[in-house]
Amino acid sequence: MTDIFAPSENRDYFEVDQHITASSRYYAGRVGSRFFIALRDEQKILGSHCPKCNLTYWPPRNTCGRCFSQLSESDLLEIGPLGTLETFTRPNYTPPQPVPAAPVLYGIIKLDGADTGMAHLLGEVDFENLKIGMRMQPVFAEAPAANILAIRYFKPAEE
Amino acid sequence: MKRKVAIIGGGQTVHASRRHDVNQGEMVNEAVRAALADGRMTMDDIDAVLLGNMEFFEGCHLTDCWLADATGAYGKPGLKITTGGTVGATTIVAGAHHIASGLFDRVLCIGFEKQEEGDSSAILSGVAHPLYGRSLAGAAVGYFAMMGASYMQAFGAREEHSAMVAVKARQNARKNPYAHLKLDITIQDVFDSKMLAYPIRLLDMCPTSNGACAMILADEKTARERCEKPVWIRATETAHNEQFELNWRDVTNTRPIFSRVCAEKLYKKLGVENPATFFDVFEVYEPATWAELVWYEDLGLCKRGEGFHLIEEGQTEINGPIPVNPSGGVLSTNCIGASAMLRIWEAALQIRNDAGEHQVPKDINWALTTAYGGTNWTVMTALSKKWEDS
Repeated sequence: MTDIFAPSENRDYFEVDQHITASSRYYAGRVGSRFFIALRDEQKILGSHCPKCNLTYWPPRNTCGRCFSQLSESDLLEIGPLGTLETFTRPNYTPPQPVPAAPVLYGIIKLDGADTGMAHLLGEVDFENLKIGMRMQPVFAEAPAANILAIRYFKPAEE
Repeated sequence: MKRKVAIIGGGQTVHASRRHDVNQGEMVNEAVRAALADGRMTMDDIDAVLLGNMEFFEGCHLTDCWLADATGAYGKPGLKITTGGTVGATTIVAGAHHIASGLFDRVLCIGFEKQEEGDSSAILSGVAHPLYGRSLAGAAVGYFAMMGASYMQAFGAREEHSAMVAVKARQNARKNPYAHLKLDITIQDVFDSKMLAYPIRLLDMCPTSNGACAMILADEKTARERCEKPVWIRATETAHNEQFELNWRDVTNTRPIFSRVCAEKLYKKLGVENPATFFDVFEVYEPATWAELVWYEDLGLCKRGEGFHLIEEGQTEINGPIPVNPSGGVLSTNCIGASAMLRIWEAALQIRNDAGEHQVPKDINWALTTAYGGTNWTVMTALSKKWEDS
């Protein structure tokens, strides 16, 4: 093991390495839990409908940010599974969090029936063939977990 | 605001990717002493110290407490502000509110980040939604990449236009002795830089900087008695949005709403009808080139979808009719906790005619600054040279 208190050689400054590992646990909540359970068990994608604003949000939530209406599990409705590609990119770097290694394709898909977009990975398509406005469909995981990666990725729709 | 508030002093460190010569406190102290010297004050004149910092970015916590010696907070009231990219501006707003309320007369506001000491990109990944974003990819670069891709598609802009912003920022930075990336670059250099995430290249993004900024705010009596060139804080406004993964930018950038809502409210307070002529200089928070083009539109400097014409026509150059970021902006210097404060300090320098080589060559009476927080929110500040001119 390196002696962290050893003076840095040939330098006129001194530094000390620090390492902290921290973990956390995030609860999906009432509406979020319903979303992930429906995705895992039924391959259904749920959004929240605000009756007052007449907007359907993905991801589902329990408060409408615009009018502050209380939304609940009874405001959940099925959206998609087809959608439209709103924008996309191809990161050539791998961020520090555990994600698929670069390069990956990802974009925003506005699912049919939703008024907001979903960020997700794009697959079975070359970067050069991606176009904003193209129709996309989800490819579900074979052994889905209660995780957004229960949708493996979106691919160009076979409509 | 109940009482008038002025900026009566300020200072900054040089900004660089390496500051191995100083620790966090020593670096902050450089900015504090520069601000006190500029305001011709001693720490005894200061009523309260507010510190802006994204603390865990440099691996420390409660920096307001353990830097109390370096900040001058020993024995004085104060607090820490930690609001993402907006930190520095929120700190100024908090200072202004404390003075406007009558609680204090002289407040020292500090913003700093020593990013080399921590892992800010790992800590930043905590901004991504744990359920709907963190297992994907992209981080801040991906966000702005998708902004750029949809902007081009919607309005017919090209990658040249974002490269023009990249060049303007770094050429302006060459005139700013404190700036981090003083790069003599061309559009071709931007195109030749590494593609990080289409259409964002390395030179389309801000750097990771170390640096600090400090400013002294005061009530009207102190300002008029002790300062030759007070700069008045005329209005501030803050607007939030939903966390970005709950409502992604749409193709035409009409969502999110935070920047437009904030500008509308601020303009209403001041009676601004044409911001492009009302304000003489703008310092906007542009972590990426495309963000500057969208700011032009969200601030109403042009119509929606026409922002790229402003850069193409040179209108936002230092000597153009609508100068934006003569300092080099965030694209040239991003010490996060200080970045939004630097926008305000640089705008104040312009009003004082003290910006030196990057001084806009016209009389600067009004300036507008913006900040940009990670999950879609902004703080805007309007400054003026005189109070009587409204």
